[in-house]
Amino acid sequence: MAETHSLHDLQQPTVSSKVFVQRDYGSGTISKFQTKFPSELESRIDKQQFEETIQTLNNLYAEAEKLGGKSYLEGCLACLTAYTIFLCMETHYEKVLKKIARYIKDQNEKIYAPRGLLLTDPIERGLRVVEITIFEERSIGSGR
Amino acid sequence: MMKNCEYQQIDPRALSVSPLSAQSHAEKTVQRCRRKWEVFPGKNRFFCDGRIILASQSGVLPLTLGLIVVTCGLFFAFDCPFLVKHLTVFIPVIGGTLFVFVVFSLLRTSFTDPGILPRATPDEAADIEKQIDTSGSSTYRPPPRTKEILINQQVVKLKYCFTCKMFRPPRTSHCSLCDNCVERFDHHCPWVGNCVGKRNYRFFYSFIISLSFLTSFIFGCVITHITLRSQEGKSLVQSIQESPASVVELVICFFSIWSILGLSGFHTYLIASNLTTNEDIKGSWSSKRCAEESGNPYSYNSIITNCCATLCGPMPPSLIDRRGFLPLDEATPAVSASDIELPPFTAKSDAHMCTQSTKGVLERMVHSYDVHGLCPPGIPKTTPLDLEVSASSELSLSAGCLPQDACQPVAAPCPPFSRSNKRRDSLHSINPAFRLAYPSPSLSRTTLILGDAPDNGFIPLP
Repeated sequence: MAETHSLHDLQQPTVSSKVFVQRDYGSGTISKFQTKFPSELESRIDKQQFEETIQTLNNLYAEAEKLGGKSYLEGCLACLTAYTIFLCMETHYEKVLKKIARYIKDQNEKIYAPRGLLLTDPIERGLRVVEITIFEERSIGSGR
Repeated sequence: MMKNCEYQQIDPRALSVSPLSAQSHAEKTVQRCRRKWEVFPGKNRFFCDGRIILASQSGVLPLTLGLIVVTCGLFFAFDCPFLVKHLTVFIPVIGGTLFVFVVFSLLRTSFTDPGILPRATPDEAADIEKQIDTSGSSTYRPPPRTKEILINQQVVKLKYCFTCKMFRPPRTSHCSLCDNCVERFDHHCPWVGNCVGKRNYRFFYSFIISLSFLTSFIFGCVITHITLRSQEGKSLVQSIQESPASVVELVICFFSIWSILGLSGFHTYLIASNLTTNEDIKGSWSSKRCAEESGNPYSYNSIITNCCATLCGPMPPSLIDRRGFLPLDEATPAVSASDIELPPFTAKSDAHMCTQSTKGVLERMVHSYDVHGLCPPGIPKTTPLDLEVSASSELSLSAGCLPQDACQPVAAPCPPFSRSNKRRDSLHSINPAFRLAYPSPSLSRTTLILGDAPDNGFIPLP
């Protein structure tokens, strides 16, 4: 309960700015984000760490959108059952999206939140951008 | 039509975060739950509480359905008995299967989100403006309309959409009838009452192919029927007089076959070369190179791969999250019907889970400390609330459909799929790291406040 008390006392951290990592269309319409390191994050996080996060996201999206035997099979099966199969089963894409959500949550907890950053899942932005919210640095005090 | 086309400058001051006032606490109890479809800025109409999406004008869809149903009805009633007696019982079986397939594909095409791109949030739009307004001059000018990028060594121009406030991804086009940017935009089809885009192109194609088979089948059967009748010693005129419905069917099928078969052939060509109707009409890739395939940067240069990619590729999710709740409702974790899995209409249950997981932990901390009065600035949108019941009744929707304005109140009983609620509760208790590292960032509040500022139809997507 001491935490409650201190939270009310503290000013809530405000959003200092937001950085948007845009899509990279160099390979066509597949979901892929630019790995260029935004200058606003220079003081907050390692370039390599950031690039690794984005690259992993890109790989996950590529996995979701991969054209291969499995996705064709799913497509054909869906067509034959007049797409009613999706009433019982999740599409491959949806499964990977869940994986991506877990990954982002994990990254936020381990890497970004301690540095005062928050990654927003691109699906909430229509797969247009990866939104990174930068919070102002505040001394939290002994809020434990 | 493009009434939102005129560019409006985004006021940077409106984007600044203001501290939460006590006023929001008072407002919290007055607000009811709102789903995102209710504040959707495009001109679409929604039925069954956001499960079904249609374009604003579905004028010809009832006609399409009516023609199909009437023709098939006449066929089963008047031609089938004769043909079953004289030929085989498989005729109505095949006819019935084709009919079911056609209607299914048609409804799927009409009711599926074609690949609508949600509009840019105010932050994003301001960021884009900042990036292109590099001159730093005080006189404000609208952003340039195009941006050039390289796709597979081919220069492609991305246009800026003034309505959606973003640079359109490649192959995306803004449909003025629906007032949305649609990914891999093919065309707006009045016959199905919806745009045809990335997510429903395969349904559209299966609709026209199966309709070609159906019309050809009925045409053939009717001809056979009349021929067999006249072979029994009667004249042609007499046969026709005995079965006048067959003439009606013949006329309908005859005129349909030309257009439907032509359309099927055209779309088969488009699929084989991985083009959209939009690109083909504009001649985007035709005159650039001598070999037509290498002109198109999206083509896989193999007919089979192109076909498989378009028709059997992975089904992308709907990006607009129609049934997700606006951020106010994250204060009441018990109710979130958006977590229901509705794959036929691809409701964004998983995306809503994403919302919950990335910010839910931070926000639940806030909520647990009693500050759960998130004021939703949800800009009410009147267009989706125009319920044209006539369209819905003709489409014979199930009796369980609710009218749009009867949104369930927050206290409504949870829908049967409660497993996702359990999932969410488990999220609630984990992530101690967040609690310690960062107290309430009030992220959702920030987003909500931002949503208030522009007056041109932004929805405060969390």
